[in-house]
Amino acid sequence: MKSTLLHQARLKQQIWLDMMFRGLTRLSAFGVLALLLAIIASLVMGSMPAIEAFGFHFLVNPEWNPVTDEYGALVPIVGTLVTSGIALLIAIPVSFGIAIFLTELSPRVLRRPLGIAVELLAGIPSIIYGMWGLFVFAPLFADHIEPWINDHIGAMPVIGPFFAGPPMGIGILTAGIILAIMVIPFIASVMRDVFEVVPPMLKESAYGVGATTWEVVMKIVLPYTRIGVVGGIMLGLGRALGETMAVTFVIGNAHELSQSLLMPGNSISSALANEFTEAVGELYTSALIELGLILFFITFVVLTLARLLLLKMSKREGKST
Amino acid sequence: MSKLNRILSGLGLSLTLLGATVAHATDITGAGATFPYPVYAKWAEAYKNNTGVGMNYQSIGSGGGIKQIKAKTVDFGASDAPMNANELGMLGLTQFPTVIGGVVPVINIEGVAAGQLKLSSDTLVDIFMGKITKWNDPKIAADNKGLNLPDQSITVVHRADGSGTTHIFTSYLAAVSTTWMREVGANKAVKWPTGTGGKGNEGVASYVQRIKGAIGYVEYAYALQNKMTYAQLKNRDGHFVSPTAESFKAAAGNAKWKASEGFAEILVNEPGADSWPITGATFILVYKTQDNAAAGAEVLKFFDWAYSHGDKMASDLDYVPLPNNVTAMIRKAWMDQIKDSHGKAIWH
Repeated sequence: MKSTLLHQARLKQQIWLDMMFRGLTRLSAFGVLALLLAIIASLVMGSMPAIEAFGFHFLVNPEWNPVTDEYGALVPIVGTLVTSGIALLIAIPVSFGIAIFLTELSPRVLRRPLGIAVELLAGIPSIIYGMWGLFVFAPLFADHIEPWINDHIGAMPVIGPFFAGPPMGIGILTAGIILAIMVIPFIASVMRDVFEVVPPMLKESAYGVGATTWEVVMKIVLPYTRIGVVGGIMLGLGRALGETMAVTFVIGNAHELSQSLLMPGNSISSALANEFTEAVGELYTSALIELGLILFFITFVVLTLARLLLLKMSKREGKST
Repeated sequence: MSKLNRILSGLGLSLTLLGATVAHATDITGAGATFPYPVYAKWAEAYKNNTGVGMNYQSIGSGGGIKQIKAKTVDFGASDAPMNANELGMLGLTQFPTVIGGVVPVINIEGVAAGQLKLSSDTLVDIFMGKITKWNDPKIAADNKGLNLPDQSITVVHRADGSGTTHIFTSYLAAVSTTWMREVGANKAVKWPTGTGGKGNEGVASYVQRIKGAIGYVEYAYALQNKMTYAQLKNRDGHFVSPTAESFKAAAGNAKWKASEGFAEILVNEPGADSWPITGATFILVYKTQDNAAAGAEVLKFFDWAYSHGDKMASDLDYVPLPNNVTAMIRKAWMDQIKDSHGKAIWH
């Protein structure tokens, strides 16, 4: 008799604990949502003075003048998009190569050390990349690579103007390259993980009917893992868009729109990092907060586009191509 | 259950600890400019050893210091750029200077050593305007006979972050050139006609050292401690001077401080044969009416002590202490301007 009572008490306690646990998980999940809404609300409220003063013109205005209190976001928006674009352009093929090598081609003894090395790269704080970029990469780039770019690519028609300019070592292109190095480990390790889950039977069958490695990768591995691959790329893009310290070190921080990728520019996050502490006056602070809001919006749009892309892909699944 | 208890008691303990640190807030608190932080920290350490009263200074930047004093979360704010009398009046604040620093143009030209290059105010303005683009420009060469200047592009390096250093530097350029005044102006951040931006003195310094043919401007103490290649400047009296403690003192001694306007004096282009043309003081902001008179008096006591005992510490860190006649004016201004809530002066 006594033991059943004890048993019931314990059961009650367990039910109570279970309910509490459920409540806690729900609280955490909704807490994130509430936090997100609160951040959006405070960003919108903070940028109200700038929105009222400049309207949509803010988005296309290249001016940034704290003396006359006139602000526009064109230069940082372009800088953010261009540096992230360059980063992905370099990072996607390289990461793809790393992942394919690690899963398909590498001798077994090398897999673990190489894989760990890639993951370690992902753990390096961004300021280290920034310092390395400024003190090691930028001088090398300025002395050896930029003069070559100037002479060979800078003289070409059409794309020439994008690669002309004094070899300073810092600028949009340098920022893009540093960003690429930073996002490669993220994209590569996600790609490697998803490539590893491809059922060996599929691959072996393909090899069995005489497919080359290239054909196996393009026709079996990639179609099987494309959702994961796109996810990895989006993870990298998300990091590139918001990266602050490393970019601030090497982008040159000039509110100027220049055609050449070798010239200094600015990104949203580095403008914020540089100017927020000393921004005096309502309009200046508010313009910076609006920049933050725009970055939030860009990230949101990128993530939504990625979701749509995945949705479209999964709809096509199973149909013959 | 016992686990939950442990967590709760742990939480309780940390809350008590938090409470203890808050309760221990008899120290003076201040926040603001980063430029004077080393000397304020040094003074605070010595003051604590002498009197037992600590001074907790957060170097979060002038803008942050102004925001904090407005929100009354600190006993004093600190700013590199002085507020004008109008703003001070509106906010009910008063301000006084503490130490003097200055700004030095630094260069990276092959074969040119520190102090060899001489620049007049016109050439300096034209370089930062982007009108002079080569180091062998005849206007630069005219002041530098015998110096072999290369046919190299000039890259201007400025601060990317808002900064008191930029405020002093652009105030100088605006003081010597009406074109600069009209087209760019003077502020902690401006729309630079040309060049690339580095974050902080160290950012500008490393850009200048990396980029061949670069010219930038950094804090005097920073240039000195890092042995940077500086340029001589032509001052208002037409003499070329080097940035030294003496040329800074000369500029400070020739300034006309006005207590009534909150000492809002930017020491650029001061007269005197030996005066360095780009100097400026850094400032402390306090409320004219002190709700907590005891805390207000502690702040003034601290700076009074620093004016009397802190000169050597300041010079050791390459700041220029204020001349004695100026500190006397400041003490008098405290007596006249800073009152408790009953209108009684808190400084005697």
